[in-house]
Formats: sequence, C-alpha cells, structure tokens
Amino acid sequence: MIELRNITKIFNRGEVNEVAALDGVSLRIEEGEFVVLVGANGSGKTTLLNIISGAVLPSQGQVFLHGQDATRLPEHKRSRWVARVFQDPLGGTAPELSILDNFRLAALRTQRKKLKIGVTPAFKASVREKIAGLGLGLEDKLQQPMGALSGGQRQALTLLMSVMDHTDILLLDEPTAALDPRSAEVVMETAERLIRQHNLTTVFITHNLRETQRFGNRLIQMAQGRIARDLDEEAKKELKLEEMYEWFG
Amino acid sequence: MIFYLTALIQGLCLSAMGLGIFITMKIFRIPDITTDGSYTLGAAVTAVLLTQGWPLLPVVGVTVVAGALAGVMTGLVHTRLKIDALLAGILVMTGLYSVNLSILGRSNIPLIDIETIFSALAVFERQVYNELWAGLAFLGVLSGLLAYMLRTDFGIAMRATGNSESMTRAMGINNNRMKIIGLAIANALTALSGFLVAQYQNFTDINMGIGIVLVGLGSVLIGDALINWLGIRHIWLQLLFVLAGCILFQMVLAVALSLGVNPNLLKLITAVFVLAIVGAPRLLRRKKL
Repeated sequence: MIELRNITKIFNRGEVNEVAALDGVSLRIEEGEFVVLVGANGSGKTTLLNIISGAVLPSQGQVFLHGQDATRLPEHKRSRWVARVFQDPLGGTAPELSILDNFRLAALRTQRKKLKIGVTPAFKASVREKIAGLGLGLEDKLQQPMGALSGGQRQALTLLMSVMDHTDILLLDEPTAALDPRSAEVVMETAERLIRQHNLTTVFITHNLRETQRFGNRLIQMAQGRIARDLDEEAKKELKLEEMYEWFG
Repeated sequence: MIFYLTALIQGLCLSAMGLGIFITMKIFRIPDITTDGSYTLGAAVTAVLLTQGWPLLPVVGVTVVAGALAGVMTGLVHTRLKIDALLAGILVMTGLYSVNLSILGRSNIPLIDIETIFSALAVFERQVYNELWAGLAFLGVLSGLLAYMLRTDFGIAMRATGNSESMTRAMGINNNRMKIIGLAIANALTALSGFLVAQYQNFTDINMGIGIVLVGLGSVLIGDALINWLGIRHIWLQLLFVLAGCILFQMVLAVALSLGVNPNLLKLITAVFVLAIVGAPRLLRRKKL
C-alpha cells in the first residue's frame, strides 16, 4: 500500500530555474494494484516514483508505505518494501559483478549483508532454476559479468532480482524504453507474471500507449505536476487508443 | 641474488599497501591518498611500541586500528562533508604528519637489537630466507583473509558499491557507510605496510611515507594490467596479481639501482616509471588508430 498526502516537490527553490515538479499530489494505491502512469515529459511522473522510492525527498507532504510514515526514510532503508527497475538497464545491476553475485545481493535486499559466504551451491542451484524460468538460456552463464549481457537480458534479470527477497512495491520506470520490441515483450511478460505471482503493488511508467492499454488495472495521467486523470479498471478498459493520443495533443 | 631477494621482500612489505590501494582504486574507484600518512602512522606506532617492548601481535592490532581510524577520518570528511575524495585524503594526510611526529617524539626511531617479525623466524641458516618466509607468511594470511572477506555477502556488497551506487542503494546498502568501511580497511592495510617496512629497514623515519602512494598506485596498475590482459575474474587471483605487481615494481627499482642510477634520483625514477605504466597503453592505442 502506498499513500501520498499532499506531496509538493520544488527543485532549485528560490533560483531562476525553480520548478514545481509535483504540486500538491495526493494518491492512494491499494495493495496489489497495478498502476500505469503516463504523462508528457516533465509532467512529474519520474519525480513521483522517486518520492515513493526515497531517491527524492518531498518539499512538503507525507509518504506512507505499508501504513508506516516513510517521509524522511532514505532510499536504502525503504528498500525493505520497495524494489525498483530503472529505465537504464545499467542502473539496476552491478555490471562488473557476476550474475550470481548480483542475485546474491538481490536476495539480501531487506537483510544485513554478513561476513559469511552466501553464494553456496544450494543458492546457486535456486538461482539457476529461477533464471531458467525466463527461457532466455542464461542459466548456464551465472559466472558471467552482468555487463556482458544485452539490455533486454539485463532488464529481465533485474525484474527477477526484484522478487528474490520479500517485496511489496515494485516501481517500473520505463523499463522497456531502451529495448527492441522483442526484448521489451520478454521483459513485460516477465513483469506481469512476477507481479501476479507475488501480488505486488506496482507503479509502471511508460510512454508506450500500447503497453498502457495492455497492462495494469488503473491508469493515472500526470500533467504539470498534478494528477490530471485517474481511471479505474473499467474506465481503463473502455479507453480507446485515439482518445489517449488526444491527452497528449 | 641477495640483492633481488631484498627487493622481493621489500615488495612483499609494500604489498599490504598495494592491497589497500586495490580496494580504494579498483573496488571503490576512490582516489585515496591518505596513504602517505597512514603508512608512516603504521611505522611510527610500530617503532614506538616495539621499542617499549610490546610483543608483535598486539602491535599488529594497534597498527590496524590506527590505520583504520585514519581511513575513517578521510571517509567521514569525504562522505559527510561531501568533500572531494582527493582533497579529503590530502587533508588527513597533512594532518597525520603532525600526529606521526607526536607519536615518534622525534623525526627518527631506530629499531636496533629489537626482535622484529623478520628476526623472529630461525629456520634457515641464511637470515634472508627467514625474512622472506616471514614476509610470505604474513602476506599470505593477509591476502587470504581479504580474499575471504571479499567473497562473503558483505564483500559482494562492497564490490557492488564501487560498481553501481544506484543499484546498491536499491539493494538496501548504505553507500556512505560502505565507503567509510572500505577506506578504513584500505588504510589499515597501508599501516601494516608501514609496520613491515619499519621492521625490515630497522627504523622509522617521519619522511618515509613521502610519495609512497605513487609506489602503491604503480604497483596496482601493473597488477591490474596483468589482470585485464589475462582476463582474471576470481577475486583471490586478482589479489595475487596485485602482490605480483608490488614485487615487480620493486624489482624494476632494484634493477635501476643496480645499473648505477644515483639513489637520489629514485623518486624521479618512480614517478617516470608510473607515468610510463599509465601512459604507455594510451600511446600504443593512439598509434593503432
């Protein structure tokens, strides 16, 4: 469950280039909801996501995650609930570390990283099995550095990593923007499967209107730092692609 | 022969610092030059405690703690005050000069007729082999511990921090805390080099650390070149190649001296040699284009 109360975020306050990225946004996202977030560039989508993850702290307002006040909690402490997939496939992984080491860290996202060897044969086997489920043939490349993989492969693995440890909230910031159509397909299919399996509360930013139609059970449009439209599952289903184009006209 | 064995032992002594610089430069990508100060700090603490009759093991402990504290200082200045790592290192290094002078009480303490780590072993007839094995054993244990640490969950988190900070934040890792710990470990290792060198050369001098960071940097760069060239991924093998880099570096200096180079020019040779290591690959690459 995510609740934002009257969130305002002003960048460069008092300077010539002062911008109100978010302007009094209140929003409640229930457990298991899959929200698709759309809006023109600069409408405040990514700032909204950053406010939820803690990468950006609000100028005003409060953030509640899972019923707890998380307003002042730094990002690394919110990782207890929140997993995130970045637009840049490089952002969610450590490129020089092996796939296996990346997964080890992901498995400890909400836990302490102790001074003991955690990459055991049992752990390796469980990772291999999970990666095999992606059907990308990566299960035999566990020792390869993450950076040697393609963007699509990395995004798919990043998604898988986000559910290696307990997760309530999944934030997807244009995860397919840098990918070719086929890789994008694999990544989104993986995302949908994992969201359903783990009943994740999801916020998904996309510029791809087809993805908007296909995924999620709630649609929110941002404009100038505010929520311009908020459609529930029914309304979202009835929405036509052409109508949506007009929002951005 | 003895000449090269001496260089080899010298290289081993400086390898601890090499491992430290490997951690800051290659794992954390922080240019840390606290080294000059923490190296002398280790040597100063060692000299004072040994002349007061302390046994070796507690001296190792105090040296590690002293070096770690120096690293924590640099780490705090860098992360809490958001001061550039290079400047943070210079600040702490400069401050340490006075600290070291206060610890020593004078500019130089000789370690004559004092049991050191190099005189403790008496297995071989020729003293130089005893010294060599003492150095090998010490560095063996040290690299073993470090390799183990880097393979633990904590070690993976540490390696990831230098690699992608956005990723580690998302994985619940406090990057600042991790950097402070990394700098502490690195400078503790550097202080251990001071501990070893002071005992090997039988004295501690307030100026012995000047420019030592360059020796460490050059050694790690040699090791790193070998690591990249051979495509080595295993972390413990990488550490081994850092040791090799340190020894190779000392060998080159030894060869230069044996060719009759004026010892006064040693720092200049060191600087030119490091420049060559850094610059050569770039020059070669430009020719290829």
